[in-house]
Amino acid sequence: MKVNDAVWGALLMLLAAALLVHIQSFPTIPGQKIGPALFPGTIAVGLAVCAVMLIFKGVSRHRAGGPHAAWIEADTWVRSPRQLLAFVAVIAVNVFYILAVDWLGFIPVAVIYLSLLFAVFRVRPTWIVPLALVVTLVIHYAFYKLLKVPLPWGLLKAVAW
Amino acid sequence: MSHAWAQAFSMVFDPYNIFVMLAASLFGLFVGAVPGLTATMATALLVPVTFFMAPIPAIAAIVTATAMAIFSGDIPGCLMRMPGTPASAAYTDEAYAMTKKGQAETALGAGLVFSALGGLFGTAVLMLAAPALAEFALKFSSFEYFWLVLLGLTCAVFITSDRPLKGFVSLLLGLLVACVGLGNPAAFPRFTFGSTELLGGIGMIPMMIGMFAISEIMRYAVDTNPELMIVDQPIGNVFKGMWALAKKYPVQILRGNAVGTLIGALPGAGADIAAWITYAISKRFSKEPEKFGTGHVEGIVESGSANNSALAGAWIPALVFGIPGDSITAIVIGVLYMKNMNPGPMLFTNNPQNIYAVYLLFIVANLIMLPLGWWCIKVSKQILKVPRTVLMPVIMLFCVVGSFAINNTAFDVTVMLVAGVAAFFLEANGFPVAPAILGVVLGGMLEENLVTSMIKADGDFSAFFARPIAATLGVLTLAVWLLPLLLRRLRQLAGFAEPA
Repeated sequence: MKVNDAVWGALLMLLAAALLVHIQSFPTIPGQKIGPALFPGTIAVGLAVCAVMLIFKGVSRHRAGGPHAAWIEADTWVRSPRQLLAFVAVIAVNVFYILAVDWLGFIPVAVIYLSLLFAVFRVRPTWIVPLALVVTLVIHYAFYKLLKVPLPWGLLKAVAW
Repeated sequence: MSHAWAQAFSMVFDPYNIFVMLAASLFGLFVGAVPGLTATMATALLVPVTFFMAPIPAIAAIVTATAMAIFSGDIPGCLMRMPGTPASAAYTDEAYAMTKKGQAETALGAGLVFSALGGLFGTAVLMLAAPALAEFALKFSSFEYFWLVLLGLTCAVFITSDRPLKGFVSLLLGLLVACVGLGNPAAFPRFTFGSTELLGGIGMIPMMIGMFAISEIMRYAVDTNPELMIVDQPIGNVFKGMWALAKKYPVQILRGNAVGTLIGALPGAGADIAAWITYAISKRFSKEPEKFGTGHVEGIVESGSANNSALAGAWIPALVFGIPGDSITAIVIGVLYMKNMNPGPMLFTNNPQNIYAVYLLFIVANLIMLPLGWWCIKVSKQILKVPRTVLMPVIMLFCVVGSFAINNTAFDVTVMLVAGVAAFFLEANGFPVAPAILGVVLGGMLEENLVTSMIKADGDFSAFFARPIAATLGVLTLAVWLLPLLLRRLRQLAGFAEPA
């Protein structure tokens, strides 16, 4: 997704404004001009200056017309169902992992995670589940047993090994 | 001193350490040879594993894996016209053209031999320059550090990007991320919005894994290009004719090494930019520039050695000042802090054996690159046949577990995902990621030295220029701001076309 510089500029301007408002609540150190607001405040001013320049550039490009003049332009992959699905899947499986890993447990979540991605990337169907299972068990062994990372057991707690 | 060297030797040649180096070599060669997996990604993937090692093996793993990956990135460039890592992109077309002419073994051999040579040259400069700079840096006060960090960030904005404005935005966003949490001079919780997880700041390692690995996997997912074909051509003795090449191009080798090391040492610019610039220099000063692009080895000799020398060069500012020379050392600095080897001049006086061990690691890594690289070229066709449809999901799960492993919290997985998505969209819109990384790594240091200096100066801005070194660095920083025109010219020379 290509977003025109002016749109980026407007978003950054909003961010800068929000920052400048937010840092007003930061405490000041008595007898000193320098407090915790100084550094983020300077960043906010810098962002605001860049935002103005980006808006200026983006608007002039939009007026000039030609390629990349649109405010928002979809990349070629957005129009390709396969790539779009892959993109959504890459984000979705991670969100699923974050939400589900504690109660489902690492092993079931990882098997689903990998199977979904393999399916989207078009791995041979008969291979998907066995491969996902083997990879999950190898990663689990490496991190849980060898590196002692407490990966959650979740539903499998009763049979934990 | 000799005692420290003896200690360094025993640490490096410890059987466990040698085992780690061999394993890391294989990992690095593989990651480099698979298109879409980069040397920086290799480093980010290694961190969760090195987390559980002693300091020297941890550093050994990173040094070896990155050196190998930068070399093996040449292999798919040569056989598939697809760079294995961005550092090989500059001369991929040239190498592929050589393969088409039936000279694949010369292209691969030049990549291997001159990579190792470049790595050794960069190491020699590291060994000479770092201690001298460290001695110099012992006298630095907050004013010098403030200017130095600012100079580093400035370089990152102007060198890594052909669009300094977007580089600057990227840098500011990175600095903003560094503000999150309690880690500021006033120890006031900023931008935590009541979250206890954010009090300690945003985890650097999960963020790096997101920015360098997850974003790369997303790019793979949306790649609409068909799979590339491997050129099936027998590869003979890759070392044949290398001595003749070294005798034919001594100036090119030396120039590539020197420029590569220098660019590596400049903050933010690493092996990939070193390769682009040295390839352009090689063509510019060649006696036969018309042969470039048609399968001519000269540019490969020069830029193939430059990208490996840049790796070592990047460690100079990282070890002496804690300012990363490239994105790999940005991650390394995080590892050094985790291992209580805080970068800075004191590292050279308090624990010289650790520094000597780092030198030795570089030497060993570049020497074992020759046999292992030779073997990797032999089996490269098998490596290139590994289906990326299987590899990418597995790597992503590894990233998730690795991010979790740093603090054992699912929050870090969220940080990884958000950083990955952000990096993907920023890069797709022409915002370079390197300045953001530097901003995150150096934000705390910049603020601390700014605040300390301002308190010392008590409102008198001339104090920032009162000490001679501070004044020099200050003037230099301001000069870089005024020289973008010159740098733009250089980049045009280096073949970076400004996209419309």
